[in-house]
Amino acid sequence: MTHSSENRGKCELSFTVNDKPETVRVYPMERLLDVLHHELGLTGTKEGCGEGECGSCSVLMNGQLVNSCLVPALQAAGANLATIEGLADGLQLNALQTAFLECGGAQCGICTPGMILASCRLLNKKPDPTLEDIREGLSGNLCRCTGYMQIFDAVTQAARSRRNPA
Amino acid sequence: MRSTPSDYELIAPGKLQTVMSLLAEEPGKWLPIAGGTDVMVQYAAGKLPARKLVSIWNLPELRSIEILPDEIRIGAGCTYTELREHDVISRELPLLASAAQWTGGIANQNRGTLGGNIVNASPAADSLPALLAYEAELILVSVRGERRLPYLAFHTGYKKMQLAPDELIRAICLRRTFSGYLHYARKVGARNAQAISKVCVAALGRLRDGAIGGAIEDVRIALGSVAPVPIRLTELERMLKGQSVDPDLVRLAKRMAAAAIHPIDDIRSTAKYRAAVAGNLVAEFIEQLGPNCVKMERPHE
Repeated sequence: MTHSSENRGKCELSFTVNDKPETVRVYPMERLLDVLHHELGLTGTKEGCGEGECGSCSVLMNGQLVNSCLVPALQAAGANLATIEGLADGLQLNALQTAFLECGGAQCGICTPGMILASCRLLNKKPDPTLEDIREGLSGNLCRCTGYMQIFDAVTQAARSRRNPA
Repeated sequence: MRSTPSDYELIAPGKLQTVMSLLAEEPGKWLPIAGGTDVMVQYAAGKLPARKLVSIWNLPELRSIEILPDEIRIGAGCTYTELREHDVISRELPLLASAAQWTGGIANQNRGTLGGNIVNASPAADSLPALLAYEAELILVSVRGERRLPYLAFHTGYKKMQLAPDELIRAICLRRTFSGYLHYARKVGARNAQAISKVCVAALGRLRDGAIGGAIEDVRIALGSVAPVPIRLTELERMLKGQSVDPDLVRLAKRMAAAAIHPIDDIRSTAKYRAAVAGNLVAEFIEQLGPNCVKMERPHE
C-alpha cells in the first residue's frame, strides 16, 4: 500500500479478490462495497441498508464475514477477499448456490449473495450445523421475501451435500 | 446525504506509537477508527464531523487478551468474536461473553471492538453494563504515559467521557474474582439478533457462604438503555446487602429499580415499558438468588 504525497488524494491498494490479485487506485475512505462495484465490476455483492444492519453486502475478508459497506477501502489493503462471484466454477454452481435454487432460498435476490457468503462462513466453521447454528450464523442477514425457512433448508441441504458429495 | 470519500483523509500508520503522536500533535483533529461499525454508519449518513481519520484496526498493541493471575486484560481492539470465543472470558466473565454474542450479527461481531463500544458511548451498548457489574478498569494511553481509571468514572454524561483528545483506550482490565457468583444477563429487544436493546441488564450476586437461602453478601446490578449512560443501581444494591431473599424483598427491589432509572421514549421503546421491563428483570434476578432458584452458576468450579 502506498500513499500519494498528498494524503488527501487517492492511494493505491492491493488485495486478492476470489484468488485473483488486484490493485486499485481509490480514496482510502471509499467503501469496500463501492470499490468492488465501481473499480472491479463485481456487482454481485448487493447494497441493502448501507449501514451494517441487513447483511446484503456481506463478503469474506481474510475468511471472516464482514459488511463491505462498513469497511473503508484502506482497511482492506493486503486482505484476501471472497465475494459471490468466486463461488461457482465456471457454470458449475457450488453446493450452496444449488441448494438455494432447489429449496427456493432465493426470491428477489437482494439478500442472496450475502446469505450465501454468511452460509459459506458457517459451513467452513461448522460443516454439520444444527438449526440453531444456522439461525445464529445468518442472524445478521435480513430477508424480506422468503420468511427464512427455505433459506435454512437450503443451508441444511448444502451441508449434507458437502459432507456426502454425489 | 451520503459523504463524499474525497472529502476525507484516512491513514493507517500500523503502530500505536505513531497513532498517539498524531493525536498529540493535532489534538481533536484525528478520529480513530477501528472496525468502523459505528464510524462508517455516521459516515454513510453524512454525519461524521471529523475529516481526518486514523485507522487503529488490527494494531497488534490493542489486539491481545492477557490472562494474568488476578486479572484479565483485554486489548481495546479485540472484537466481539474474539471475546465470545475466548475460553477464559466465557468461563469467568459470562456477562461479557453474552453481551458480545448479543451485539449485532456475525459480521458486526467480527469488526466491532470492545474499546470502540466504550468510546462510542451509546447508552444502549450491550457490553457496558457487564463492565459496570465486573467493576472493570480502563488503561488509557497517550504520549504522556498511561493512566488507569475505573470504568464507572469514565462516562460522565450522554456521549461525554473522561478521555483527553490525545488519549486512546489501550486495554480493559477485569478481575478474576467472580467464581461463586450468580451471573445474570438479559437483553430485551425487538428481535433476537441485530436489535439494539430496549433494556439490557448485567447483574452479579453472591450469597453468604454460598448457602442457598443465605443472606446476600455481594450484589451488583447494571442496566443499559435506561439512562443517558449505563448505570449501576447502587442504592438498591446497598438495600439488598445482608438481606435474605423473600417475596417482599423481590417486590421492593422491583419498585426501587423502576424508580432509580431515567428511561426515555424513543424509536425503540417507551419510558413506561422500559421501567416496567427493568423492574421485572431485576425481580427475576433477585428471585434467582433466592431459595427457589433453579440453578446457581459457578463458572470456575
